[in-house]
Amino acid sequence: MDQVPILKIGQVLFVSIQIDLQDESVMLLQEDLAAELAATAARGVIIDITAVEIVDSFIGRMLATMGSISRLFDAETVIVGMRPAVAITLTELGLSLNGVRTALNAEKGLALLNGRT
Amino acid sequence: MDELPIQSGDDVVRVRQHVRNAAASSGLSLVDQTKLVTAASELARNTLIHGGGGVARVEVVKSATGRTGIKLHFSDEGPGIADVSLALTDGWTSGTGLGLGLSGSRRLVDEFELKSEPGAGTSVVVVKWSR
Repeated sequence: MDQVPILKIGQVLFVSIQIDLQDESVMLLQEDLAAELAATAARGVIIDITAVEIVDSFIGRMLATMGSISRLFDAETVIVGMRPAVAITLTELGLSLNGVRTALNAEKGLALLNGRT
Repeated sequence: MDELPIQSGDDVVRVRQHVRNAAASSGLSLVDQTKLVTAASELARNTLIHGGGGVARVEVVKSATGRTGIKLHFSDEGPGIADVSLALTDGWTSGTGLGLGLSGSRRLVDEFELKSEPGAGTSVVVVKWSR
């Protein structure tokens, strides 16, 4: 099973998903992120999904859950780089990523967080 | 027609990739490909988790008017669904999910047929046509 790396850049944890996610990898990422948040006291999380071809209800729910977990560690999550086709599909699927912010790209996501960090 | 086993999380990923390739080579638009692959992901996961594993069949089909489409057939020999119309309701869930898997995937495709009986497994056939 593939693991998604988490990079710490200043006060922000940067997660770039570059693999076709299977459910176990998403759950592992969630645990890794909670551990990193606790260890680093980061104030923000950027999840880059530029390379993600589909977000189904499971992956969508896990993204929202990662936002909720981050908040418990006083960190804000921004999801960046969603593809247009993914946005259309997510909406039609009926999924709203409640509790997480989104930004067009990593740069804009960082700008969002920088008001805070 | 290609037949793919669904026995693990890796198999679900393989089904997605296979459906993506079939949809792309059949001329579905990027948005339609994404919708179909997302529906395939939901249905393959259902086959794995609720059906205890099964198979996915991927087929290129032609309509009477000459349009190309992709037909997916997911089947398992699991416990089946007691109330099919309830299972297709937004937000209804048998487990810990959001209850969007079946109802949501129905919205993402052009044709959707679910057959199930308690004790007799579940079969879902969906079709997405190129525009």
